[in-house]
Formats: sequence, C-alpha cells, structure tokens
Amino acid sequence: MQFTSMILSNAEVSPGYWRMRMTAPQQFASATPGQFVMVRVSGAIDPLLRRPFGIFDVGVHAPVQSGAVPQPYFEMLYRVVGKGTAMLSALHETDVLDILGPLGTGFNLGSPDEEKLIVGGGVGLAPLYLLARELVKRSPVRLFAGGRTRDDILCITEFERLGVECYTATEDGSLGECGLVTEALLRRLDVLKGRATIYACGPHGMLNAVAATAEARKIPCQVSLEGYMACGVGACLGCVAPGRGHSAETPDFRCVCTEGPVFESNELKWRD
Amino acid sequence: MKPDMSVNLAGIMLRNPVMTASGTFGYGEEFAEYVNLESIGAFVTKGLSLKPRAGNPTPRIVETPGGMLNAIGLQNVGIDAFIAKKVPFLRNVNTPAIANFFGNTVDEYAELARRLDEIPEVAGLEVNISCPNVKQGGIVFGTDPGCAASVVSACRAATKKPLIVKLSPNVTDVVVMARACEDAGADSLSLINTLTGMAIDLGRRRPVLANITGGFSGPAIKPIALRMVWQVAKAVKVPIIGIGGIMNATDALEFILAGATAVQVGTASFINPGAAQQIAGEMEAWLLANGVADIKSLIGALEV
Ligand SMILES: Cc1cc2nc3c(=O)[nH]c(=O)nc-3n(C[C@H](O)[C@H](O)[C@H](O)COP(=O)(O)OP(=O)(O)OC[C@H]3O[C@@H](n4cnc5c(N)ncnc54)[C@H](O)[C@@H]3O)c2cc1C
Ligand SMILES: Cc1cc2nc3c(=O)[nH]c(=O)nc-3n(C[C@H](O)[C@H](O)[C@H](O)COP(=O)(O)O)c2cc1C
Ligand code: FES
Repeated sequence: MQFTSMILSNAEVSPGYWRMRMTAPQQFASATPGQFVMVRVSGAIDPLLRRPFGIFDVGVHAPVQSGAVPQPYFEMLYRVVGKGTAMLSALHETDVLDILGPLGTGFNLGSPDEEKLIVGGGVGLAPLYLLARELVKRSPVRLFAGGRTRDDILCITEFERLGVECYTATEDGSLGECGLVTEALLRRLDVLKGRATIYACGPHGMLNAVAATAEARKIPCQVSLEGYMACGVGACLGCVAPGRGHSAETPDFRCVCTEGPVFESNELKWRD
Repeated sequence: MKPDMSVNLAGIMLRNPVMTASGTFGYGEEFAEYVNLESIGAFVTKGLSLKPRAGNPTPRIVETPGGMLNAIGLQNVGIDAFIAKKVPFLRNVNTPAIANFFGNTVDEYAELARRLDEIPEVAGLEVNISCPNVKQGGIVFGTDPGCAASVVSACRAATKKPLIVKLSPNVTDVVVMARACEDAGADSLSLINTLTGMAIDLGRRRPVLANITGGFSGPAIKPIALRMVWQVAKAVKVPIIGIGGIMNATDALEFILAGATAVQVGTASFINPGAAQQIAGEMEAWLLANGVADIKSLIGALEV
C-alpha cells in the first residue's frame, strides 16, 4: 500500500545511525519480519528514486489522554551513507513522508523446536529486531551482532529486553570480543545440540561467510539481501541477485524486491 | 461539462491520452494494487522477445540528478510465457494492452509480430528498434534508416494490428528515422526511448553499471524528448506518442501541444506507482479549469 506517514520521532542512536518512528495505517500491522518499505525522501526530483529500508519494528502508540485514538506506527533504523539518508536524518517530528509498503517476502519463522541464531552486521540489524520479537515467542534466540567499532553495534539493549542472548564482536575490539562476528557464531555451532536455523542480514562479505558456514554445517540459513532498487514492486528488474545455478550460459536471476529480500542462502549463488 | 479526453491512436480508442511506458509497468498486474488500470488510456508491456532473456549482471540501475540509468538488458519472460501466464490477466482489464517487443534479426521481429497478431487481448504492437542487429555487426536497428525500415516492413507484413514504432533518440537526425519508419508502414511513432548514458564511481575508478553504459530516463530528459516530438510531429502524418520524463499533467500537456496524440509515463511510475492515473486526472482538471472542451484541440496546438 501507499500512504502518507507522519514522523513521530527521529533520533541519532549512535554516531551516523538513526532511528525513526512514523505513523502507519491500521493495515500496516500485517507487516511480517524481513519486509521493507520504499520511502520517498523528498517531493522534489532530486533525489528522484525512493529509498528501501527494512522495517525495524511495528506497534501501536496508546496515547495518555483518555479518548485519543491509538496510533499504529512503524520504525526504521538507518545509517546515513549518502544524499537520501542525510536528508532523512534532517527531518523532524510532524514532517511527512510518502511510503510504499510493506513490500517483499520476509523471513520464514520455521519450526519452533530449534535454536534460532540471528546474525547482524552493522545496520543489518534493522530487519532482525521484528524477527527476534516474533521468534522469542516460540524458541530460544541468540543474537550475534558485529561491526567495525562499538558505534556500529546498535540497539543491543532492545534485543536483550526481548530475552535474546546477545554476543557482540567488533573488528577493533572496542566492544565485545575483538574480531568477526562469524567467529562467535562458529563457536556456538561447535557446542550446538539439536537443530538450529540461522537468520542473517549485513554486508555482503559477512553474508557470504555465514552462508558458507551454514552450508558446511548443513544448517538452514536465511539471508536478507540488498539490491539497487527503482520500483520495489517487481517492475523495473533492477534489483535482481544471481540464483544458485546462475552462470553466463545458464542465467538465473531472482527478483530481490518481490521474491526476496529474504532468501534461503542455498537458493543463491555465493563467491567461492 | 466534463472535457472529452478520448483520442484515436491509429485505430486504438483511448479513454484518455495517458499510457504507461514499456519496462516501467511490468505486465500490468504488478501495479493493479496501486492504479485503477481502467482509469488510464492504455498500458504497454515489458519488451518481449522470442526466447526468455535473463538480462545483464548487476548493478543494473543508478540514480543521477533528475534521472536514472538502467541496463536491465531487456530481461523478460519470452513470448510463450507471456501468452501462458500474462495474457489471462489482460483479458479482464477493459483497457487496451499494447505489446512491446524486440528481436536480434529482422526475422525474429517478424516472427514476434506474427505471434502477437494472433492474441486477441493485444490491442496493438509497439516495436522497439533500439536493439543491435546481430546479422549486421551489431548496429542498432533504430540508428540506421535502412535497417529500421526493413524491420518495420517485415512487421507490417506480419500483423494487421496497429503498429507503433518506438524511436531511439541516439541518432543525429530523428526526423530521418521517423520518415523511414512511416514510409515502411508504421501506423504510429512513439518517442523517445532512453538516451545512452554512463555513470562513474570515482573512488573505485570504475563504471557504476556492470554493463558500463545504460539508458538515461526521467525528468532530466524531458527537454530533449519534447524537442524530438516537436520535430517529428511537423514531419510525419501518423499519430505520435510522446515519452520522456513525464512526471505530471503539465509535462504531459506540453508533449500534446508539441504534437503528440498520446503520452507514455515511464520512470515516474517507479517513484509513484499511481502516477499515470494521477496525471490523467490532473490533465482533465486542467482542461476543465482552462475551458478546453476536447483534448484533441490541443494536439500540435503549440504557437511558434
Ligand atoms: C531491501 C533493503 C532494505 C534495506 N534496509 C536498510 C535499513 O533498514 N537501514 C539502512 O540503513 N539501510 C537499508 N538499506 C540500504 C539503503 O537503502 C541505502 O543505504 C540507501 O538507499 C542509501 O541512500 P542514500 O541516498 O543515502 O545513498 P546514495 O549513495 O546517495 O544513494 C544513491 C542510490 O543508490 C542506492 N543505494 C545506495 N546504497 C544502497 C544499498 N546499500 N542498498 C541498496 N541501494 C543502495 C540508493 O537507494 C539510491 O538509489 C536497505 C536496502 C535494501 C535493498
Ligand atoms: C528500467 C527501464 C526499463 C525499460 N525497458 C524498456 C523496454 O523493455 N522496451 C522499451 O521499448 N523501452 C523500455 N524502457 C524505456 C521507457 O519505456 C521510456 O521510453 C523511457 O524510460 C523514457 O521515458 P521516462 O523518462 O518517462 O522514463 C525502459 C526504461 C526503464 C527506465
Ligand atoms: S526494485 Fe524494481 S524490480 Fe525490484
């Protein structure tokens, strides 16, 4: 659906990372973890295209005054990287944005009787919070959050509040253990008893490593991809990612905005 | 009184002059949630080929100020899947559907025109001649009047449906191409297709697009498109469809003044999936506000 949304709050949660809460229509409550929205950052023609963002959380704000109507909202967690995100970060409460969504195919929550291992790199945590919120209702959940420095580790207290056991790793050692988050994941897998599913979102290099680990250990794994998008609805075919069998001779492209952004990692082609 | 918005596009009756552009509106159904398909004049499918095409590697798109570059590589489901999976949807929509198509040889173009001619749900054909001719060293059909004419005559012989030829702007003189296509039997000309462009990532010292170059579209190309429509409208008799950077009713009406009978909305549908419907509504409101009883009275009414 397409709707006009009013910003309820927009705050920097860590240097360069912002969390925005905005109003949503009632039907937006149907959004599932892993889906995304396309945001028109300004009404002008530059920047021209909408920007895709994961849905960090959805909820209903119950006003304190009696008689006021509860207001459904959703949240985004975003990193300022260029023109569009810089403009977003300059917006204030009561400013309005044109939103398309929820879009795409999100995570499959899978079977409850297994451990859920969530892996997030930097702002890749954005679509994983709503996922964790759903998963903790049914299964034990562990989060592995990685980043270059402590500034890239976001919203960990929120995850902890859900009852998720959190591990953090930074490349410079400024928070949690020093190194890559995939190393912490590997150690957990070494002592794992019973079944598990991995859910991951983050930089492509991290996803590549997680997918390789999942493949080697024969653990089901779902990843959320990014792709350059113009439309978000399956029309421009700009956003595609190569499927497992893809080669120059046997091309196989998957549409990230409709078939994804979440894919089973073994459906996709990864670097060797 | 409600103004008369209807136009006759080479025998296809449009309830209003606003169409959607090929490659920006899927096969129609992708937009059904956002647009009342029966509020626009016509829609044009993604370009079809004989065999399915997988398209180019990524990145395939990049935004530039006021526009975007795309190098999708004409990814499409192919004519067989189009007939099996996409045509049934068209059956229930009371709006003309135009099939856009392309080939790598004159024979492929003719074969596609023949196949599309047999589909009752297809109201008209739009032939994309901005494709390389593999039999002639890859020269783009639409940049050589002789090549273009041979494609158009072959398609003309293969179909009785209205035949729209979509012109490439990547030529020195678009009027020469327009005349060649009209003489070869085109019932209508649509222009412009995308302009070839390029974007560079300075930090990586590489082109942004995997294909290096891509087609430039969006509001930034409108002045060029308007100029070409105006030039061609003066030179040919067949109706013209204006395309290029149309974002609102003002843009669309400018194309009509320049000589277009209808317009196509492209990139705007990515930014606002309801763009075509909105533009049609706003055009009607403009006519009403300006006391114009019939949109047809504006076609080519530019005063110079
Ligand atoms: C499905 C999906 C979900 C996403 N979720 C989030 C999220 O929750 N939080 C977050 O911070 N970021 C997210 N991103 C990345 C985000 O879309 C880009 O960071 C943003 O578009 C950059 O815009 P810009 O104008 O600031 O950057 P610019 O570099 O100026 O953007 C130029 C163009 O490139 C595109 N672009 C640039 N970087 C990316 C990228 N990494 N992925 C896709 N397109 C890009 C832009 O959309 C724009 O069209 C997501 C991307 C996708 C595809
Ligand atoms: C992503 C994309 C895909 C396109 N695919 C096709 C195509 O398959 N066939 C075609 O004739 N034109 C195609 N076009 C060109 C458009 O139909 C239109 O001519 C062009 O984009 C200019 O109009 P605009 O500025 O309104 O977008 C495509 C354009 C874009 C942006
Ligand atoms: S973004 Fe247009 S098809 Fe996916």
